[in-house]
Amino acid sequence: MDSFLPVQVSWTPQTAASGSDFYPYTNNAGTVAGISGGDFCVMAADTRQSFGVGYLINTRYQPKMFKLSNGSVLGTSGFYADGLTLIKRINQRLEWYKHAHDKEMSTPALAQLLSITLYSKRFFPYYARVLLGGLDLEGHGVVYGYDSIGSYEPCLARATGSGGSLIQPFLDNQIYRKTPLGILQAPHTLDQVKAVMRDSFTSATERDIQTGDYLELFIITAQGVDVEKYDLRKD
Amino acid sequence: MGSFVRHTLTYPSYMKFFLVLVPCIITVLIMFRNQYDNDICTWSPQGRIHQIEYALEAVKQGSAAVGLRSKTHAILLVLKRSSGDLSSYQKKIIKIDDHIGIAIAGLTSDARVLSNFMRTQAMHSKMLYNRPLPVYRIVSAIGDKAQANTQHYGGRPYGVGLLIVGYDEKGPHLYEFAPSGNFFEYYAMSIGARSQSAKTYLEKHYELFADATLDELVRHGLHALRDTLQQDKEIDTQNCTVGVVGEDQKFETIEGDRLQRYLDLLDGGDTGQGGETVESMDTE
Amino acid sequence: MDRFSGNFDRFSDLFNPYDSNPTNANHAIGDFTKCTRKPLVMGSTVLGLEYQDGVMIAADTLGSWGQLARYRNESRIYPVGNFTVLGAAGDMSDFQHTKHMLDSLMIKEYYTNDDHVLSTPHIYEYLSRVLYHRRSKLDPLWNTYVVGGYNNGERFLGYVDLLGTTYQSSIVATGLGAYFAQPILRNAVEGREGILTEAEAIEILNTCMKILFYRECKTLNRIQRAKVTADGVEISEPYALPTEWSFGEGIRGFGTQTQ
Repeated sequence: MDSFLPVQVSWTPQTAASGSDFYPYTNNAGTVAGISGGDFCVMAADTRQSFGVGYLINTRYQPKMFKLSNGSVLGTSGFYADGLTLIKRINQRLEWYKHAHDKEMSTPALAQLLSITLYSKRFFPYYARVLLGGLDLEGHGVVYGYDSIGSYEPCLARATGSGGSLIQPFLDNQIYRKTPLGILQAPHTLDQVKAVMRDSFTSATERDIQTGDYLELFIITAQGVDVEKYDLRKD
Repeated sequence: MGSFVRHTLTYPSYMKFFLVLVPCIITVLIMFRNQYDNDICTWSPQGRIHQIEYALEAVKQGSAAVGLRSKTHAILLVLKRSSGDLSSYQKKIIKIDDHIGIAIAGLTSDARVLSNFMRTQAMHSKMLYNRPLPVYRIVSAIGDKAQANTQHYGGRPYGVGLLIVGYDEKGPHLYEFAPSGNFFEYYAMSIGARSQSAKTYLEKHYELFADATLDELVRHGLHALRDTLQQDKEIDTQNCTVGVVGEDQKFETIEGDRLQRYLDLLDGGDTGQGGETVESMDTE
Repeated sequence: MDRFSGNFDRFSDLFNPYDSNPTNANHAIGDFTKCTRKPLVMGSTVLGLEYQDGVMIAADTLGSWGQLARYRNESRIYPVGNFTVLGAAGDMSDFQHTKHMLDSLMIKEYYTNDDHVLSTPHIYEYLSRVLYHRRSKLDPLWNTYVVGGYNNGERFLGYVDLLGTTYQSSIVATGLGAYFAQPILRNAVEGREGILTEAEAIEILNTCMKILFYRECKTLNRIQRAKVTADGVEISEPYALPTEWSFGEGIRGFGTQTQ
């Protein structure tokens, strides 16, 4: 299921049988998505935590998005323990930054910090699919997408996690306006983006068993971060 | 084999005078100097360790810091110094964590080392236990560090005193930390230059502090701080900083224009009475 | 690694690529530094729920050695401090190590002598950091823990496993209990945490443990319960759940009946 994982290459059954039968990862999955607008950014994640491949729901409400500062929000899916550890590490780095500079770190700087933090565990990666959303130095919305070892790029709209492959094409259509007629640029209001987000997660919940229960929206504007919570299917 | 050239040193005749005088002066100095204060691990016959006492003196070189607490808050007030009109004021209040802050008097660089250590301790607690570090623990941790510096040859004690305020599960706290490694908890305390004047004020009024509102507490603190000033000086928004922590209030510093509101609470006298919030507490 | 919950504590005869059956002659001799990667004496399900007075957890008292019901009086519930209780599934020697570790921690806290006591969320965080640290060293503590507590009027019930995965919920079930008991617990408890009485909570846990005993081979009907309330931790003596097998008489292929 997660053929992506680089460590699995060195983790063959042969090596496992000869030494260890312990595999240090699991996938608690869930979906995270982010859409950036002219002066806002909307981050979204479901709150279900699953027990790896066991068709089990650990809990229906374990938030996986975290406010890092007044202008940025980090969402994680994948291995929950890694995601949580990553968040704690980043938070402590931010605290030192604040002590040293007496201000909060900007979102672009945070994006780079997140990248090097992920890369620092290049050979035993945090199995976390993360998305960083916020406002850049000019106050425009921005979303950074990552892989687990720190490659990243800013983008308009990005979805990741177990429902990411279901949502991303929808965002390509609705936000990037990639249609058979070519790329149509359309302005997005906050309300439109919120509606797209809610539709995305409703649909992903229909088809992905690891997504569901509740949807949390973090809306980042110059005024700060607002949190909204919606119901999703619980089956 | 080469030739040797003899250089003849010549010097003025009055140097002979110095050659006699200098050893005499040294001899006299040796006779009268303190023989027991050369390093940190030598006792004097009177049972004192002079290097520690010198370090305690360093605290008194720093400008004053005042701390006091009520049932809900603990606050710090400091008088900042600048080296001249062209210089900014030296920062004297340092945030350690959301629930702890310190005021310093003495060597600023030593304080920076200590505060970084305290921050590390506080973060360690949050990482490992998800718990804001109890204030006592962080103070005893630097107490132990400072004590170690008083026992090893070649080292020196920290040259800085701290007032530590914090709010934890047991409420607000105020501690004084000294380079000797000693620390005590107080209702109110002051350290630094002319801090005895502030202490006098605090001793006179401390019974009012427990039930005081934050505004009243700050006003008392400002009064005490003002008493440490030299004759021709006055506290203003530039040379003063206030640090506040309390119930549902993360540690924050108040300075600059935000301080004006509190300075306005001060009256002309030094009685601790007066100002508009005083009515309710006029029970002394 | 096969830690798919159903097999997490089982040694399958058909499919066992990692040779984790302790009865195999090669096991547990040789490379001692890796022994905790192969659990030996295993405990099974732990259940936990929140109710109106606090939290309650239950576990049976069996320590299995492979398929053998080796230790029948293995207590898997342990108090940590006055208002926290720990329930353990998985390797019992790792559990004993954890008990020792937490005892040391609590003693260290106590002799600091500043009236500060680690409350349940703090103990839970510590335990989860330890488990995550050990998994990161690829030397896991092979356990799933349920941490219950009651502090300052707040209930706490959390789960942490050998990978460091954590979640808090008003019901928790480990091992096969996650399949058999979790749905029952969700129906009976969720949304009713504040009104569920102690008697009802006991009844729910007894029912779940009995079902697990009927369905899971590595379970006993001898169980222990613990509750944490404003009065502190109370752990019951082990007691037997009455079971009913007579319905098997009429079933062909059951027991001694061969025709």
